[in-house]
Amino acid sequence: MGDVELRELVPQVLSVLVRRGADFATAEDAVQEALIRAVSAWADDPPADAKAWLITVGWRVFLDMARSTSARRDREVRYDTGPPTGAVSNADDTLHLYFLCAHPELTSTSAVALTLRAVGGLTTRQIAQAYLVPESTMAQRIIRAKRTVALSGLDRPGDARTVMRVLYLIFNEGYSGEIDLAAEAIRLTRQLAASVSDPEVHGLLALMLLHHARRSSRTGADGRIIPLADQDRSRWNRELIAEGIVVLHAALARDRIGEYQAQAAIAALHADAAHVSETDWKQIVEWYDELLRLADTAIVRLNRAVAVGEASGAPAGLAALEDVDEHVPRRDAVAAYLHEKNGELELAARLYAQAAHHAPNLAERAHQMRQAVRLNQMLRDSHG
Amino acid sequence: MAKYLLLKHYRGAPTPVNNVSMDEWTPDEVEAHMRYMRDFADRLEVSGEFVDAQALSPDGLWVQYDGEGRPPVTDGPFAETKDLVAGWMVIDVDSQARAIELAGELSAAPGAGGKPIHEWLEVRPFYGDAPTVTE
Repeated sequence: MGDVELRELVPQVLSVLVRRGADFATAEDAVQEALIRAVSAWADDPPADAKAWLITVGWRVFLDMARSTSARRDREVRYDTGPPTGAVSNADDTLHLYFLCAHPELTSTSAVALTLRAVGGLTTRQIAQAYLVPESTMAQRIIRAKRTVALSGLDRPGDARTVMRVLYLIFNEGYSGEIDLAAEAIRLTRQLAASVSDPEVHGLLALMLLHHARRSSRTGADGRIIPLADQDRSRWNRELIAEGIVVLHAALARDRIGEYQAQAAIAALHADAAHVSETDWKQIVEWYDELLRLADTAIVRLNRAVAVGEASGAPAGLAALEDVDEHVPRRDAVAAYLHEKNGELELAARLYAQAAHHAPNLAERAHQMRQAVRLNQMLRDSHG
Repeated sequence: MAKYLLLKHYRGAPTPVNNVSMDEWTPDEVEAHMRYMRDFADRLEVSGEFVDAQALSPDGLWVQYDGEGRPPVTDGPFAETKDLVAGWMVIDVDSQARAIELAGELSAAPGAGGKPIHEWLEVRPFYGDAPTVTE
């Protein structure tokens, strides 16, 4: 049994334990322990029914944990210690776990960590590696998150909106360490989409698939950023794009538009163009207008200005940029791009250098610096 | 083994020999510089001397406690005269001489005209643990 297949069982097993009366925090620890035992026990002797094995062992571990806790607190054991019976997990239970882990009282970082562990079945070490923090820090974050969930009451969990926000955060973290967080976010969103009819969940899944399809073409071998216009489109994953478009169309057909569906529609229009010159910028601008109606944010305005610049020319793009707050990250970069398109090379070069100075990460800093240097070289060449 | 911090500054260090702002270099010079920096870090990993490397954004502010029940005082962005750290590399090496040798290599990274920048780097020893055997 593969690692992912094993982890797919985690929310189901955890749900069964909780339904049998185990408290969420202890049950979650028990399932992690059962997973660790599975790794060594199954190497020699894989069980016929992996899920049943995990439930049996998880429940036994839980009882041990509960007993030692209650012994410490001098409480009597409240749990039935006989062999567990009945109870088949279903999609609603897994859904409840998602909602619990995206509890509104949790901070984003805590909700992300708890979701990856309790729903994703990742170990604390794997999550810590993925987020580049010490394992003890991540362990503490998860313990505190579980305490918050327990204190705030399990009856007031989050909803599909909070879950989607958490999954999107995980997706955007990308890749570092042995766990591919983007792929994990897609797996968890697929699982969520299977039990939720909200078209926005499907919009989110489509958005992730369409972005993931382009991932390998977005960076060069040395880690440099390759902008959309310069990407080798033959390297885009056509299967993922096709799936993303099917999922998106089904969602749009429900006629309950939302931010994720609109963003996915924009991604789909980019994916659809065999060459950058074939991009349907007019339709992309229309989707940005739709997005503005749904959520008027500075980032949407900024991206819309780029699309307007492509659809109606640089002056129109620059006019659209005037509606964007000056302090928005990457505004300099967009201004530089539009001014270059408008033929104002010296101004554009200065703005690219400024964008490099305020870049949010090193890859972007290098990218903007390369743009500045490219333009300055052009200017030197043209001056002889 | 001893750990050293190699500290790079945006400003505040003495002026280097080859002091041309990067946006005025040629594209090839920029690529050569970036390749040199990557290769340097790779070499340290291979030699087993690399511990950590981090880069800092030039943006930031001063923060100070302002008394019970009051929000902290902030002051920023930084004045142009402030010494401004750009980033660091932590190395774990046999001797101070080796730390200096490596800092020298890093300082030789090429800049404008493909010539070494001769950037001044700060080399700072970490306080180590007290040795197990002291007499």
